Amino acid sequence: MTVTTQTVTVTVDGVVVEVPAGTLIIRVAEMLGTAIPRFCDHPLLAPVAACRMCLVEIEGQGKPQPSCAVTVADGMVIKTQHTSEMAEKAQAGVMEFLLINHPLDCPICDKGGECPLQNQAMTNGQGETRFQGTKRTFPKPINVSAQVLLDRERCVSCARCTRFADEIAGDPFIELLERGAKQQVGTSEDQPFDSYFSGNTIQICPVGALTSAKYRFRSRPFDLVSTPTACEHCASGCALRTDVRRSTVMRRLAWDAPEVNEEWNCDKGRFAFPYTSEARLTHPLVRDEDGNLVPTSWPEALRIAAAGLAETGAASGVLTGGRVTVEDAQAYSSFAREVLGTQDVDFRARVVSNEETAFLANHVAGKPLDVTYGDLETAKSVLLVSFEPEDESPIIFLRLRKAALKGSTKVYSVGPYTSAGLAKMKGTLLVAGPRQEVSVINNAAEYLTSDSIILVGERAAQTPGALHAASELAQKTGAKLAWVPRRAGDRGALDAGLLPIGGRNTSEIMAAAGGAVKGLLIGGVSPEDVDGDLIAAVESAKFVVSLETRHTEVTANADVVFPVAVITEKSGTFRNWEGRDRSFSAVVTTPGALSDADVLGELAREVNKTISVTDFWASASKPAVVAGPVDASEVGSGQAVLSTWRHLLDKGALQSGEPYLAATARVAVVRVSPATAQKLDLIDGGTATVSCCGESASAPLIVTAGMADDVVWIPANSEGCSLNLPSGCVVSVSRGEI
Amino acid sequence: MSRVPQVIRGFGVTFLSMFKKVTTEQYPEERDKFPPKPRFHGRHQLNRHPDGLEKCIGCELCAWACPADAIYVEGADNTDEERFSPGERYGRTYQINYLRCILCGLCIEACPTRALTMTNEYELADDSREKLIFTKEDLLAPLLAGMELPPHDMAPGTTAIDYYEGKVHGVAVSTVQAGEDN
Repeated sequence: MTVTTQTVTVTVDGVVVEVPAGTLIIRVAEMLGTAIPRFCDHPLLAPVAACRMCLVEIEGQGKPQPSCAVTVADGMVIKTQHTSEMAEKAQAGVMEFLLINHPLDCPICDKGGECPLQNQAMTNGQGETRFQGTKRTFPKPINVSAQVLLDRERCVSCARCTRFADEIAGDPFIELLERGAKQQVGTSEDQPFDSYFSGNTIQICPVGALTSAKYRFRSRPFDLVSTPTACEHCASGCALRTDVRRSTVMRRLAWDAPEVNEEWNCDKGRFAFPYTSEARLTHPLVRDEDGNLVPTSWPEALRIAAAGLAETGAASGVLTGGRVTVEDAQAYSSFAREVLGTQDVDFRARVVSNEETAFLANHVAGKPLDVTYGDLETAKSVLLVSFEPEDESPIIFLRLRKAALKGSTKVYSVGPYTSAGLAKMKGTLLVAGPRQEVSVINNAAEYLTSDSIILVGERAAQTPGALHAASELAQKTGAKLAWVPRRAGDRGALDAGLLPIGGRNTSEIMAAAGGAVKGLLIGGVSPEDVDGDLIAAVESAKFVVSLETRHTEVTANADVVFPVAVITEKSGTFRNWEGRDRSFSAVVTTPGALSDADVLGELAREVNKTISVTDFWASASKPAVVAGPVDASEVGSGQAVLSTWRHLLDKGALQSGEPYLAATARVAVVRVSPATAQKLDLIDGGTATVSCCGESASAPLIVTAGMADDVVWIPANSEGCSLNLPSGCVVSVSRGEI
Repeated sequence: MSRVPQVIRGFGVTFLSMFKKVTTEQYPEERDKFPPKPRFHGRHQLNRHPDGLEKCIGCELCAWACPADAIYVEGADNTDEERFSPGERYGRTYQINYLRCILCGLCIEACPTRALTMTNEYELADDSREKLIFTKEDLLAPLLAGMELPPHDMAPGTTAIDYYEGKVHGVAVSTVQAGEDN
């Protein structure tokens, strides 16, 4: 398909150019290499002409015009500050006005040294101030949220932050208040700036008005060594820039990747990095005669681990967790199959099913870029199955919202209630409680065409039959099908073959530990993530080797523990949900830091073998597709079926050590439908307690209209709610505290 | 003259010079007799406000200006419980490496609060590398009369601006003298 765009001929500073109609003057100037100073203009935000810095002269128009908001017309003659005295004078005047109330606190401002206002004041400003009065001052910073601080006197009212919150994130909790010289960014009194994307407002602020509590006063731009990296927190695959001062990560910024995260990222990816330096394992640990874990040398630990694993051999299980890079995943895969000779290998640290194993092997593995972010933007409709993009893959949420706001894409979600994220995507809910999804998916064909996309979340494994139904729906309608895991390493691990083809899955490995599975090789797996008792499995297994970055319950019970490198210390690749490789390099040099792949390579060498990179799926026999048995949950009196997923900001291990970020996490609430509230005798706004299998959690109740009946929703593993059960459990719900 | 042996002539020069004024400075015995010039670039000093609070705000402009990369600074937040300087920010870590410093004084010109100045002290020699990396404790000006060792609060009723405008005096007279123009 060829797109013919109408072009117009314009003259900029005497240079005649032909550009597509509808181009902004400031972009035409950029194409010609003419920098027009600007603050409010941002290529991904709608023009607003708020700062007036980019004034240019257009022949035939009496007043200077903002080049960031005026599109070119045929025959237009534009003169920038380089050729027009009027434009130059206008810009100098605007700069002088902007600086009238701007404090001269550049030495203590975090933006000092990388500040567009500072830079443009140096290049276009006049050096000496003519202003004699008293500058407008405000009390020093106010918290827009726990993480975002606002110095109002530095603000130039460019509205970048408010436009981002409104247009991109859809969380318009910040707005420009007051008028004239008093104009300032403010929040609602009763609602804080509650957004998963608040960090972006800090990054796009053209002055130092918005700063983060995390980075405030930590360093100056000239101290930092910047490295392009990739985000390890979810499968979105954001490009990041990591800034390091003297081997300490100071901050992380969203980096430019138009095909993936555009220029945005989420707060988790931006702020959750202190775990990389917190309470790290430094030495290999082995058991001494008394059974205590003691530090030892690498050769000694490698010898003991290799000997132990050689003994358990094919009777070993390998659990890698979802944080592995593609390289580490290939090493685990090769080590398990070629060195140990076992098929009991699984990357999934969560609820798993054999139906999912077959689905992943047949529909996802080895099919890179089948569905991309670009496809989401052009799809007619997108059906979300067991997937909450805002919480589980925030960049998909931003793309879907962008597409939905353009009006070209319609979003449908199979879920228990209309979440805030779905509402922001203008999505339509196809109501389905846990275990009821299958029939809804089977009847969803009317919403889909061959230009549609079905996005299946990893939680679909909790519903027997859902994955099979989704793949059949895709086949029936011709819609494209994509699987979106939650963790950054999942797609790479799947492609590397860390899936039990003819072996035991995560739950089966744990159940067989001590019996058929004698040895365990465990990567970064948290006990609370898996469906089963990992600690009991570790205790009952004969020999356990753990590759970890920090002390965990697993390392405490392992026989040999190897410290491995965190993302900042190694280079590697994450494969995002699209199947796109996101490479990153090490940002700090830590002597002796070995990646999982390095350690596995050394272990293989101990038994005179090598690990190799193979295309696992080229030769693997794909298991036959199975549809799990669909069983509706029986609900007794005082009970409901649990529906749950994790908030983006939860109690995950990689978010530790960052209190400001944790304080911006959404508070836990319990949700039920009005009918269920009546049935269970619960009151809106009161406290409700959800309990099951000895676990319980209490949170404020919100009666949610349009929600599935006999279903109770509560976030999993979140702040104020440690309940960590899969959806579909039958739980008792009662009024009041525990 | 030519009949006097060369060696005697040589001793004659020596003999005559015994009556000339001596220009040798007896260092270190008589070091106080020959002070350096007032504008001599010697060891740095981190100055204090009259009530003892530090003038350094940890902005690192000195480190940025330094052509020898001799200065290392880390900023931090003042809190209500622990205040080291007026305003929001203070220099938590401050180091000057005198093995690198060329005493050029560019750091002094860069300092926006006049926290960093240079003394006339020139005796900067020692027997180890560690001893020549001066930390904040080594560089801070001594507490004079009316000064109190930080951390402590700003003088009651004052703001950071009052400090910069020189309106705050020592602890003993820690009041703002309104309208005073320094």
